[in-house]
Amino acid sequence: MPEEAPPEAKKTKKVRGTVVINLARCKGCGFCIAFCPPQVLEFAEDYNPQGYHPPRLTDPDGCTGCDLCGLYCPDFAIYGIMLKNGAPPSAAREKSDES
Amino acid sequence: MSAPVEAPLAANPVEAVLRSFRMPHIWCPGCGIGTTVNCFARALEQSKLNLDKVVVVSGIGCSGRVAGYLDLDSFHTTHGRAIPFATGMKIANPKLTVVVYSGDGDLVGIGGNHFIHAARRNLDLKVICINNFTYGMTGGQMGPTTPVSALSSTTPFGCFEPGFNLPHLAESAGAVYVARWTTYHVRQLAHTMGEMLRKNGFSFLEIISPCPTLYGQRNRLGDGLAMMKHFKQQSVLRHGAPTKEVGIELQGPIAVGKFVDIERPSFLDVMNEQLGRTLEAEYAGCVKDHVPD
Amino acid sequence: MKADPIGVLTGTHFFDGDHACCEGALAAGCRFAAGYPITPSTEIVERFAQRAPLVGGMFLQMEDELAASIAIQGAVWAGAKAFTVTSGPGFSLMMEHIGFAAMTETPCVIVNVQRGGPSTGLPTLPGQADMMQARWGSHGDYELIALAPSSPQECFDLTIHAFNLAEQYRVPVLVMMDECVGHMTEKVVIPPASEIEVAPRRYTRLPRGEYVPFHAGPDGVPEMVRAGEGYRIHVTGMTHDEQGFPAPTVEAQQKLVQRLVEKIRRNAEAIVRYEETGVEDAEVVVVAYGITARVARRAVELARQQGVRAGLLRPVVVWPFPENRIAELARRVRAFVVAEMNLGQIALEVERCSAGNAPTVLVPHGGGAVHHPEEILEVILAQARTEEVLR
Repeated sequence: MPEEAPPEAKKTKKVRGTVVINLARCKGCGFCIAFCPPQVLEFAEDYNPQGYHPPRLTDPDGCTGCDLCGLYCPDFAIYGIMLKNGAPPSAAREKSDES
Repeated sequence: MSAPVEAPLAANPVEAVLRSFRMPHIWCPGCGIGTTVNCFARALEQSKLNLDKVVVVSGIGCSGRVAGYLDLDSFHTTHGRAIPFATGMKIANPKLTVVVYSGDGDLVGIGGNHFIHAARRNLDLKVICINNFTYGMTGGQMGPTTPVSALSSTTPFGCFEPGFNLPHLAESAGAVYVARWTTYHVRQLAHTMGEMLRKNGFSFLEIISPCPTLYGQRNRLGDGLAMMKHFKQQSVLRHGAPTKEVGIELQGPIAVGKFVDIERPSFLDVMNEQLGRTLEAEYAGCVKDHVPD
Repeated sequence: MKADPIGVLTGTHFFDGDHACCEGALAAGCRFAAGYPITPSTEIVERFAQRAPLVGGMFLQMEDELAASIAIQGAVWAGAKAFTVTSGPGFSLMMEHIGFAAMTETPCVIVNVQRGGPSTGLPTLPGQADMMQARWGSHGDYELIALAPSSPQECFDLTIHAFNLAEQYRVPVLVMMDECVGHMTEKVVIPPASEIEVAPRRYTRLPRGEYVPFHAGPDGVPEMVRAGEGYRIHVTGMTHDEQGFPAPTVEAQQKLVQRLVEKIRRNAEAIVRYEETGVEDAEVVVVAYGITARVARRAVELARQQGVRAGLLRPVVVWPFPENRIAELARRVRAFVVAEMNLGQIALEVERCSAGNAPTVLVPHGGGAVHHPEEILEVILAQARTEEVLR
């Protein structure tokens, strides 16, 4: 199952982070959505292969990359990353570029 | 939805400490055990310890499966006996950091005797207890922490025996570090686990964790998320509270925080001091020095 | 590999079996013991507690036998050689961890100084009624090795042998003493370390990545590692695959349990050890072990004096049982007489192995004291006569 990354963040000062979601692992508990400080996650309409609705980022500009979702996730299916100058860290970006 | 891309999994800080190839794990949706593992993985990452020297020992039950998902030397032992296994391991090689990671039924039900004696010895073990108030793996039976009046498959008319106050038990038995958080308190969990990794002596962390499938459903506490929200609402931060006062009742407040953090010579310190003083030069040291390479 | 001289108390001693057993463990390289006090085995760990700190080891007194029997396994996975000792009720409590050691292939030694049972039974008096418990006491299918010393000297020798077998086959090895042997004091000769063969742990030389923790070699035994060396192994009492991870499938169960059993069964001929006296021409063969073998020897002598060709077969290794030898003898002897301090345990095994080719007659004893040689003699003579009449 492919991963979902948010749309490429715009290079504005406002944008500070993003989340990476391993859709296949998600069991739809909703912890990440409920406890996201800027409230920028929601359940996706699609199902993942396990039959759950994984989270999706509703407002890429609002994510701070605080990684609290990453800490809460009982399934290791999501994590937040800080963006430097609007770009993700090299590992994340390289993979994104390949897609 | 944006275009799906391949996951840059390597960037997830916990992957380095997890056996990712074993995912998805066996825990139910909304179960809190995975959250605690997540926090532990981050604590390990931040500890800067040589992870080759960190061992995790589990007993039996849902929480007993933690060992198998962590990419450490890991031992999934028998029901209730993670602590004595860890005891033998730590004494035979004191250079290992030995973490016992298990559940309430395992650690203080069937393994209760080992728990109190390990605390009494003050051997340097880091004991993490997932308390979900029930025996989950076997179908939600009453356990040593089930609150009075709670429903379980073996207390269908409500539990009528009081549960353990685990921080009080641990402190009374001699633990030098005692803390409690819920799975809602993720940053605090990671921080406390980090402190435990550095502490010398028997340290104990109780983590109140949702078992939505069995305990939550039966007691009409809602799903995992509802239980997490309940933990958030009911938690009262009480650092340094007398552990006698931190017992938990069904739907009652949950005292959280670090209750005990004292210094007391550890088992190995006392052993080496005692044997060194009485045997002097004849004392040949601890087991590790003689384990052949 | 030869024994480390630091643990070897070379010389001629006057030891009881318990103390000799302790010295055997130290000579074998055992540096960790855990135990819980129980008569009549406690002297073994009392001595260990006295001696171990001088040789780089330690004794840990645990809160019960469950704890003791798993603490030693933690020590083993940390790299030590370890054992625990117990009797009667304590042995019952250790059963789960004998199964854990069998399942996780943890080399360790468990000594049972047998006393009268069941339950609290006769704490200070002998018994041999744990022999089938030794073989079958933990749940599930598994094989292990059990030895039965019949003198303090053998308590020393066979304890070393037990550690060596444990390392060679990665199984729990039981030393099935009895109260008489444990408390009997005799001459015990401890040879120089250079004459004591000690089996090293079978550590892998493969690097992480190539090493498959539960992939067995040709003899059915996988190589081992210890915690803290970067292999990041997983060890579980659950049915597991070769990598060591839980594999709750019919196939994995069959493969694993089959191997655990066959690594002993296929090597049984190499493991089996027995001692024979006058068996070559015997018409009646007495089978006895431990202290009872010494009484039986006297009975055999008395029978010979009366013109009956009696012999003694003493299993030194009781499990695996010398079944081929019994089967072979069954085709030519008139009868087996099994003397044991129980109401029929090893007798069942002799009967099974003789497969109807020779009768097996039990000389039972409820425990608490050894047989009188005349009791065994009477049965030997009766068997010799009965057979003559039948012919």
